[in-house]
Amino acid sequence: MAGAAVLGRLTWRVATVLDVRPETARAKTLVLGVDGWPGHRAGQHLDVRLTSEDGYQAQRSYSIASAPRQDRLELTVERIDDGEVSPYLAGDDLREGDRFEVRGPVGGYFVWRSDAAGDVLLVAGGSGIVPLMAMVRQRAEETSPVPTRLLYSARSWDDVIYRDELERLAGAGFEPLFTLTRSQPAGWTGYARRVDASLLGEVAPTPPAATFVCGPTPFVEAAASALVGLRHPPERIKTERFGPTGG
Amino acid sequence: MLDGNAVAGLLQEVFGTDVTAATGTCASCTAVDAVGAVHVYVAAGVVLRCPHCGSVLMRVVRSDKRLWVDLRGLRSLQLESI
Repeated sequence: MAGAAVLGRLTWRVATVLDVRPETARAKTLVLGVDGWPGHRAGQHLDVRLTSEDGYQAQRSYSIASAPRQDRLELTVERIDDGEVSPYLAGDDLREGDRFEVRGPVGGYFVWRSDAAGDVLLVAGGSGIVPLMAMVRQRAEETSPVPTRLLYSARSWDDVIYRDELERLAGAGFEPLFTLTRSQPAGWTGYARRVDASLLGEVAPTPPAATFVCGPTPFVEAAASALVGLRHPPERIKTERFGPTGG
Repeated sequence: MLDGNAVAGLLQEVFGTDVTAATGTCASCTAVDAVGAVHVYVAAGVVLRCPHCGSVLMRVVRSDKRLWVDLRGLRSLQLESI
C-alpha cells in the first residue's frame, strides 16, 4: 500500500529565495521556489525550519500570502525583534539564492474555498492581513464575483501591508476598508478607530455567508465576540490568532 | 497565545492527516470546537486548551526522535474520512 503510506505525510523540502520585497518598515515579502511543492489553498500555512551551524533548529509556522500556484509562493514576514526566526527571514541579510527548509501546506480550517457561495467578510489586524491577502488574490485571479469586503486595521497608513495592491484591486465586488488607529494622513477619509461592535455593525450590517478574522489574539477575540454579539452565527466565523511565540 | 492553526504541521505529524478542520469535544465542559480554533500555548511542549473552560485538551512534547501525546482532555475527535 505505497500510496496509503504517503497519504498526508509531511516532508521537509528546500525552499530557495527568488526575490525579497520590502512591504513596510517591519515586513518583507519572500518569493520562494520549492521543488515538488504540491500547491496550496488560500489561508493555509507552511512551517519554516532553520538549522544553525551547531545543529540547533528553530521552527515557525507562516501564512502563505500568494494565490495558489505550484511553481512559487510568497510569504510576508513581520520582524519580531526578540524572535528566533523572523529576524532572519525579515532581516537585512536574507538574499536571493538563500535556502531554508519548509513543509506544507498545512491547515484545513482557516481556508477559503473559491467555489463557496455567498458574500465574504475579511477582518484583518496588522499582519493578520497575510492569509486574507491570499484569498483576495485568488478571488482576483479567478475573477470571482463573490462580494468581498475587507476591514483592515493598522496603526498608520505606512503600516498597511499591500496597500497599493489592495487599492488597485478595489472594485468588481471587492471593497477594502481601512481603519488607522494611531495616526492618519492629512485628509484621511477612512475609519480612525478600533474594530469594535459599532464599526463591525457599520461594515457588515447583515451577517455574511463567511467571515475570516486574523490578527493578534486580543484583536481576534474582540472582533469575533463583537460579531457574535451582532448575531452573526458563530459557525460562519473563522478565526486565526497569532502572538509573541509566532516570531 | 496562538491557536490550532499555528500547530497544524505538528498535528499532521501526530495524526497523519490535517485535523485543524476536525471538531473536538472537550472532556471537561463538552464544548465542541474546530481544532484550528482552540487555544494553543507553546513552551517546552505544545498545549491545546478549550477556548470555553480553559481545560487542557491535548499536550504534545517532542524529544529527540519521539513525540509524546496526551489526549486525556479530548473526549472525541470528529473528522472527514478521506
